[in-house]
Amino acid sequence: MTAETTDTTANATDTTATDTETGATATPMGFGRMHRKEDARFIRGRGNYVDDVRLPGMLHGAILRSPHAHARILSVDASAAEAHPGVKAVITGETLAGMDLAWMPTLSGDVQAVLATDKVRFQGQEVAFVVAEDPYTARDALELIEVDYEPLEPVIDARRALDEGAPVIRDDVEGRTGNHIFDWEAGDREQTDAIFERAEVTVAQDMLYPRVHPAPLETCGAVADFDRVTGKLTVWCPTQAPHAHRTLYALVAGLPEHKIRVISPDVGGGFGGKVGIYPGYVCAIVGSIATGRPVKWMEDRSENLMSTAFARDYHMRGEIAATRDGKVLAIRVKVLADHGAFNGTAQPTKFPAGFFGVFTGSYDIRAAHCEVTGVHTNKAPGGVAYACSFRITEAVYLVERMMDVLACELDADPAELRMKNLIRPERFPYTSPTGWEYDSGDYPRALRLALDMVEYDKLRAEQAERRRDGGPLLGIGISFFTEAVGAGPRKHMDILGLGMADGAELRVHPTGKAVLRVSCQSQGQGHETTFAQIVAAELGVSPDDVEVVHGDTDQTPFGLGTYGSRSTPVSGAATAIVARKVRERARLVAAAMLEASPDDLEWSVSEAGGRWSVQGSAEHGRTIQEIAMAAHSNLELPEGVEGHLDAVTVYNPPNLTYPFGAYVCVVDVDPGTGQVKVRRFVAVDDCGVRINPMIVEGQIHGGLADGIGMALMQLMAFDEDGNHLGASFMDYLLPTSMECPSWELGETVTPSPHHPVGAKGVGESATVGSPAAVVNAVLDALRPYGVRHADMPLTPANVWSALQGTPIRTDLAVT
Amino acid sequence: MQVPARFEYERASSVPHALALLERYGPESRVIAGGHSLIPMMKLRLARPDVLIDINGLEELSFLGVEDDVLVIGALVRHAQFLADPAVGRYFPIFHDAERVIADPVVRNRGTVGGSLCQADPSEDLSAAFAAVRATAVIQGPGGVREVPIRRFHRGPYETAVEPGELLVRLRVPIRPGAASAYEKVERRAGDWPVAAAGAQLRLDGGVIAEAGIGLTAVGAEHFAAPEAEEYLAGKAPGAEAFAEAGRIAAANCAPRADQRGPAAYKRHLAGELVRRALTRAAGRAAEGTAQGAGDRTGDRRGEG
Repeated sequence: MTAETTDTTANATDTTATDTETGATATPMGFGRMHRKEDARFIRGRGNYVDDVRLPGMLHGAILRSPHAHARILSVDASAAEAHPGVKAVITGETLAGMDLAWMPTLSGDVQAVLATDKVRFQGQEVAFVVAEDPYTARDALELIEVDYEPLEPVIDARRALDEGAPVIRDDVEGRTGNHIFDWEAGDREQTDAIFERAEVTVAQDMLYPRVHPAPLETCGAVADFDRVTGKLTVWCPTQAPHAHRTLYALVAGLPEHKIRVISPDVGGGFGGKVGIYPGYVCAIVGSIATGRPVKWMEDRSENLMSTAFARDYHMRGEIAATRDGKVLAIRVKVLADHGAFNGTAQPTKFPAGFFGVFTGSYDIRAAHCEVTGVHTNKAPGGVAYACSFRITEAVYLVERMMDVLACELDADPAELRMKNLIRPERFPYTSPTGWEYDSGDYPRALRLALDMVEYDKLRAEQAERRRDGGPLLGIGISFFTEAVGAGPRKHMDILGLGMADGAELRVHPTGKAVLRVSCQSQGQGHETTFAQIVAAELGVSPDDVEVVHGDTDQTPFGLGTYGSRSTPVSGAATAIVARKVRERARLVAAAMLEASPDDLEWSVSEAGGRWSVQGSAEHGRTIQEIAMAAHSNLELPEGVEGHLDAVTVYNPPNLTYPFGAYVCVVDVDPGTGQVKVRRFVAVDDCGVRINPMIVEGQIHGGLADGIGMALMQLMAFDEDGNHLGASFMDYLLPTSMECPSWELGETVTPSPHHPVGAKGVGESATVGSPAAVVNAVLDALRPYGVRHADMPLTPANVWSALQGTPIRTDLAVT
Repeated sequence: MQVPARFEYERASSVPHALALLERYGPESRVIAGGHSLIPMMKLRLARPDVLIDINGLEELSFLGVEDDVLVIGALVRHAQFLADPAVGRYFPIFHDAERVIADPVVRNRGTVGGSLCQADPSEDLSAAFAAVRATAVIQGPGGVREVPIRRFHRGPYETAVEPGELLVRLRVPIRPGAASAYEKVERRAGDWPVAAAGAQLRLDGGVIAEAGIGLTAVGAEHFAAPEAEEYLAGKAPGAEAFAEAGRIAAANCAPRADQRGPAAYKRHLAGELVRRALTRAAGRAAEGTAQGAGDRTGDRRGEG
């Protein structure tokens, strides 16, 4: 594997010995490859997920869901279910209305029905909740609840949502006469339009980023345990943001916040779909309060696919103005965003379209303007999920598709066209036309590396040969992405008024072993390893000597959690800073031990570990372990210095970080069947300093597989009545190893100038960057057939239809 | 959590015992073998049998081997066993082609050949493969054993010639000297049901096609077969033109329906294209001498890519 690296940071100790057999490692004193500490329990089946939580006397809940996309509820009769043996409680919308809990706030300032009272607004919506002695009885009792529905005309196609006379979905909101949610714009319309009027070349393309679902291995669920004696509520649920959940429960249910404990145990994948609060969680809590016993609710796969946060569903029109020789001057975008029945997207409050505003991508463009209109349809709520970096996935897809459309129009090479327009390294920090300040980057270097790795010229020669001589179609697709992650500066970014800063707390025991407590929460990212490595690098200890505690609000400081690739940019920064605070305390204690002035001490890390010593005489020093013991001893400390080394911090990021990468995908397409085979995938990522390169590569592997899934097979489709056509893994397809090539990874390292260790976050990079590369590759293969665009997913049927000149709508049922 | 509705469970200890249980519990009972279709349907509560009659312990239904120039496949033979068997690959490469693209190893370890046919899913791969090789189904009931040609076994979607109280016990496939076969499938993703698939068997005699067998699945072909295309090929010299025409005829005579896997026009196109490819591959095997009698390559599909 090729890798070009620029050495960057004093923190990165280079003492790692790589085991060539396994690619794994001896434990490094800080950054470097090491096995994930959490894997010991996962590979032994000893993880502890919500469904593993079993409490004495625990009851089980199940949800009755709407079979209709849009219908008025005339009556709900639960008497037969209540009389069923083993049933402890049946909760309906009416029950909840009596507690003022029938509706709950969403993360976007809208409300969502917990259990429907007036109407159902999407198929799969929650209507009633049964609590029973066991899950079998709970399910049996669901069938005994009689709901009388009056079906209403649904709005399924977002493009029809604003039509005159379209059914009004949200008649619960006073004065609402249509399905419009918001208009949002960014950039300079006048300047952009003026450039378009004078431009030598303009291109336009409509495209849909279809509705998809993150489909984590573990579905959602909760165990709620309300203790009637202490008044304390404990909720186990796989949330990506336990502290935010706690505050919301306090605000919504009126429970005192210190009497709420949210525990997010091991989580089987989040991808943004586990940020919000789902009706099932509230039902489990109400069920526990009503029965006085713990209540478990676990949704099944179909429920997860039908009702939890979907992703994307952006109908986009992109336009580019350029010179004849390929200099991009301006870009203009119009988006129709399908937000479903309730506006429940999870993103910073001031950004109703997420960070879509970075749609100018990696290119130095003079002017840009976008307009986004959000609408309701009779589909499940959500929209920001599936590792989308708050809609940057959509933005990258748009601009990278448009670059290929422009290349097609100009008959230019897509790699050369990109190279010509990339932001040059000397332009950083770079302010984009829509006001984003990119922190650092060397884009041409990353693209050159990717092209070299894939042997681009050779592939183009092979393609020319194939086009001449016949045979399977060869396609080469490029995507260059820039991400904006690590939300974010409190001044601009909050969720429901909660600023996006995160806390960290580091305790050092007398023997020098440390416990780090962080507010973010791992859904598989490897925080227990990465964050231990950050502490290890700062204090000169082994990562094995640092325990990371997370996911329990009673044990960790406040913060907004893990999504939007923010854990290393925000909590990782907090971790470095709290460790530096500990190190500074250690300096004072060491000074007392050495009877020297703190200013005369210097810090060093050797293979033996970290130590403070008198400048110029390294032998006259104390290790961090010795200092920790002394800090707890009867050593006389200077005035004003407390004992112990423990420290606390809150990190408010000064800016987002901007990871980037250059991806090249190579496909073979069978024109007789429309089947696509991904032959190769080269991914060059620059996420700044890599703390544990193995974990970074794992994140990239997963995201690339996601990209192949979205580009080639994943789709949440609906028929015209709003029936969900992808409600199981038989119809909602996840990619397997059979569809994935052996990934070829490369790296460049451009540290973030404002992050304490120069890291940028990488959890979503590959998911954001890869779909466009795959789609561009397939369309490159189809170019001799005059095909310029076709929407995802490029299933065999869609590719074949495109070859016949009749691309089909992918979001609705077969047309 | 998906849980089935309440049901009773009986474990059969022999074929007569299984038949007795079927008689005792009547039409609301269901036979369970691998369970890979029935159990998901029960968990979704689309199937709600009162009683499950488990035949997994019936060794007598697990026989797989050649008897008097006939390949005999017990109804309880697992997909994995069928795929791993060298004799099956030697005489009927079509079965190994098909089995490699049926579901995934976990399903193949448990799912059975007989269960696949009795489920009678209109997209079942093995139904097309058995139709192509003109197998015979052996059905046992209270009155004894009867044989049904495979092309009369399927009566429609999810409907077979196995009457209530009866059990499919084995399949018989005559080994035809000089015949070669192949199976071609297009799927959206590894392990998916086919968008369309075709199987073909060719028996050549004196440079012309003595007998052609063509199976089709997921495209609404009656009895999973393409008799018009088979008739067309009889007596013709094998070759690109004849195979393409056979594909066109097969495509014209099937009745695909649009669904999530694709529009009807595409499936009809695939029917023709895959029939052409399966015939071409079968003819290639005949020419290579890998017709019934020689070995076929093994290995997984990744190896082929």
